[in-house]
Amino acid sequence: MTLLDHAPSKAQLRRSAYRRRQTVYSVLVAASSTAALGTLLVIAVTGAPGWDRVRRSFLDPEIARDALPTVLSGLWLNVRLLVCCAVGALLLGLVIAVLRTLRGPVFFPVRALAAGYTYTFRGLPLIIVLYLLTLGVPGLRLQGMPPVLVLGGIALILTYGGYLAEVFRAGIESVHSSQLAAARSLGLTYRQTMRHVVLPQAVRRVAPPLLNDVVALQKDVGLVSLAGPIDAVRAAQIATAQTFNYTPYVVAGVLFVLLAIPLIAVTDWVTLRAARRQSGG
Amino acid sequence: MALLRCRGLRKEFGGHVVLDHLDLTVAEHQVVAVIGASGSGKSTLLRCVNLLDELDDGTIELDGEDISDPRVDPDRVRRRIGMVFQAYNLFPHLSVLDNITLAPRHVHRRVRAEAEAQARELLDRVGLGAKADAYPDRLSGGQQQRVAIVRALANSPRLMLLDEVTSALDPELVGEVLAMIRDLKADGMTMVLATHEMGFAREVADEVCFLDAGRVVESGPPEQVLGEPTQPRTRQFLRRIIEAGRL
Repeated sequence: MTLLDHAPSKAQLRRSAYRRRQTVYSVLVAASSTAALGTLLVIAVTGAPGWDRVRRSFLDPEIARDALPTVLSGLWLNVRLLVCCAVGALLLGLVIAVLRTLRGPVFFPVRALAAGYTYTFRGLPLIIVLYLLTLGVPGLRLQGMPPVLVLGGIALILTYGGYLAEVFRAGIESVHSSQLAAARSLGLTYRQTMRHVVLPQAVRRVAPPLLNDVVALQKDVGLVSLAGPIDAVRAAQIATAQTFNYTPYVVAGVLFVLLAIPLIAVTDWVTLRAARRQSGG
Repeated sequence: MALLRCRGLRKEFGGHVVLDHLDLTVAEHQVVAVIGASGSGKSTLLRCVNLLDELDDGTIELDGEDISDPRVDPDRVRRRIGMVFQAYNLFPHLSVLDNITLAPRHVHRRVRAEAEAQARELLDRVGLGAKADAYPDRLSGGQQQRVAIVRALANSPRLMLLDEVTSALDPELVGEVLAMIRDLKADGMTMVLATHEMGFAREVADEVCFLDAGRVVESGPPEQVLGEPTQPRTRQFLRRIIEAGRL
């Protein structure tokens, strides 16, 4: 390989040496400024007049250990609900988005209904939807009423389905019309064009924002506890009420962050891959 | 018998007349080159023939059938017409093989193995057999356009519409695409090609149509239209082409 045989010129050697010095200098500056800021923060917090009291009521290791099992069992509910609601909301969002793209007068009612749905549920606060479904619907006293947890899940799916439908729709519209022309010119029907050409490209393109909404959903699933079921935050609240100590909340918060990290990492990875694909690799 | 017969085609876009009483007849195995300045209506003509754009007036007959009748199923018509675009329009999420077999499998309901065997054979014939499993963004422009032609051929069309298929290519890649079209002509494929390659039009076309402002101003054998044009507008257009060094 000529690349390996190549002996750099004097000018290149000088440039490389200069760049190495610059790199070392940058690392030193970054390290010292981080250390300085960290020290300042620690001094500001621990030196505060109320620090001892805050530490006792928020960071008590003994109470954290005692609260962990109940908070964890609450978190298990969050995880199960997250998986079901994420799948449900993604499917609902995709269906609504596709319905909104249908052309032709026959589909006017379907289009209008789908559009009305996205307007309503993106505007309506989640808490109100939750109350309507978990408190209002059981009040109808119908036969075979599903448990409150399922109703709460439906409320979450309805609300997030509205957001995800708009993300999917943006993806569908981002596929250039020349792709449709190419597919239709091959004799593919509208449905086949959607299924094989438009949707695969659209979903790939909007995967990062979709996953971002799933990360947001992860925190909102806990709101079903307003209707009774005990999730991680509610479990922490109960523990707090027993001990008059806020440490269980911190435990729940740390667990939520730990739970979010893999999902956020996947989102970042997908985003990076999408960006690489866009630039042609 | 005429394979394609267009009569009195009219198309407007927002008050601007793009096709104006345009007549065009293409016999079986004939190659017609449509030339003219940008905006003269070449692409719109091809898109109307493929029913991608809706006509404002006139009729189009394919094999004697009036395909401009709104009761005709456009998907059924498009299966008999292959179209190749200036910007290739390959599907970026599908491999070369899947790009080519998409229509045979889902439109013509062929089994996968059979469709893939046919696709590989077509690819081998144009020297792209090694690229079957590659994705379009790994191919050069010339290779992508050749795949796009193969994709259209996999439908065994009666008629091929080629819309400025070399205009987006680097000059050194134009030759490989033109060679493929030359082979198609030798195989007897009926083609309408909108083109800026006057030299190629002269060589491969049986008839050249000069389009200006949506009308056929002059048509006939290439030697006549490109060599001794009778219409002043054709002469003016060709003079500009020669000045640009393209003929």
